[in-house]
Amino acid sequence: MSEATTEQRRGWMGVLARAGAKGILPRLEGAPPLPPHSRLRGPEIGLTMLRGRAGGDGAPFNLGEMTVTRCAVRLEDGRVGHAYLAGRDMRGAELAAVLDAALQDPERRPGLMRAVVDPLAAEQAAAREASARKAAATRVRFLTMANMR
Amino acid sequence: MYVAVKGGEAAISNAHAWLAEERRGDPALPEIGTEQIGEQLTLAVDRVMAEGSCHDPSLAALAIKQARGDLIEAIFLLRAYRTTLPRFGTSLPLDTGEMRVRRRISATYKDLPGGQVLGPTFDYTHRLLDFALAAEGHAPPPAPEAEPGEDAACPRVTGMLADEGLMAGEEPSEAEPGDLTRTPLSFPAGRALRLQNLARADEGFLLSMAYSTQRGYGANHPFVGELRQGEVTVEIVPPELGFPIEIGEITVTECQMVNQFHGSRTEPPQFTRGYGLVLGRTERRAMSMALVDRALRAAELGEEVVAPAQDEEFVLSHSDNIEATGFLEHLKLPHYVDFQSELEIVRAMRAAASPPAMPPVMKEAAE
Repeated sequence: MSEATTEQRRGWMGVLARAGAKGILPRLEGAPPLPPHSRLRGPEIGLTMLRGRAGGDGAPFNLGEMTVTRCAVRLEDGRVGHAYLAGRDMRGAELAAVLDAALQDPERRPGLMRAVVDPLAAEQAAAREASARKAAATRVRFLTMANMR
Repeated sequence: MYVAVKGGEAAISNAHAWLAEERRGDPALPEIGTEQIGEQLTLAVDRVMAEGSCHDPSLAALAIKQARGDLIEAIFLLRAYRTTLPRFGTSLPLDTGEMRVRRRISATYKDLPGGQVLGPTFDYTHRLLDFALAAEGHAPPPAPEAEPGEDAACPRVTGMLADEGLMAGEEPSEAEPGDLTRTPLSFPAGRALRLQNLARADEGFLLSMAYSTQRGYGANHPFVGELRQGEVTVEIVPPELGFPIEIGEITVTECQMVNQFHGSRTEPPQFTRGYGLVLGRTERRAMSMALVDRALRAAELGEEVVAPAQDEEFVLSHSDNIEATGFLEHLKLPHYVDFQSELEIVRAMRAAASPPAMPPVMKEAAE
């Protein structure tokens, strides 16, 4: 196993951010134990200004803010983990930061991916799929000829 | 003359105790939970988030409960809360083209790639009160599902028109937009600040302004090019990481209004657009925003500015319901001294006009 690529790290950070404490905690039961950590920053709640684009594809504008929770931790081996989550979820941010640090360890990664990240990613994909299927059922099928009697 | 400047603490405290009791209502009935508000009064929550200009459904639900359902009061509570938080940064611009669409309709093309997707809409309901909802315990059957199919992708309608050269494009730009939460508005404000202002404007005000353009106060013949609603991914680039990460998903509604434009000396006749983007599933608000955005582009497009909805200073200065409420409700604060001076003036004027006929008046109103 080698060091994680940025793309891999982006992947699990996104999955953990969407899951939050509510999603992560049940998955930890069957997972290898998380290593001890110390907090570098947070968990703390703040705001991120959301941006849109004029016309959807033009110049950026400020749409409004959203609450965000962030946390940074360090493991005993010196690896640093970060987490930023939409909403106010201190427990989720800390867990996600510890997992981010642990997942950077090639030794720990396969077990944690299998027990935590992969199943959460599958859950999230299933939820997206269910929403897409409901939307598809409301797609209008125009008939060429309709009997108006 | 002595005027009381202190006092009322007991009255205020008792008033607030009564308010709490009134808020709770009949204690024999179950208390409403913020999670119930978040799940079942979703459009109220969306409105509070949009106008509170802060996306956090559980905070908005709490604000609605605390405000007893007064949405402007709830918006005020959310705006006040957000001032207590530090700002960590800004997101990358949301990519609404990549939206996971729940609803997407176009009034300009019947058959368009991706099709007309109705989503969970009030449209086509009969607007008859449904007394079945008054009886509890009837869970609705699960919504039907269908295979999305190969052709489910929804390209932008404005892109289709732009490809034909019939739609004025947006200037590609990465200019840093102004932020009216940091710098007070000044005029001319420019489009980025206008869009920020409209995105958090009072929905009733936006709707009325939009309606006024439809009724002829500002030439505007709009079509809903596209209305889409669904989930978009929020990405930020934390400086300590240096690469973008996804921090979650939010639901937004986007409206592209297509308007005719007769052309000018430099521009050929083509369609122009008004743009609406709002937090949540607030569709009326997105449509209103798009109409007002287009009306406010009048000067930029060389149109005569003749109507209130085209007047940037008028619209942006009166759109915020928290500012408006603050100035309106300050009238409830003690104005004893102001009024005393007015009283003196009226008495003096009356005395000067008809000294003998003066009726006896109450002395010293403020004592």
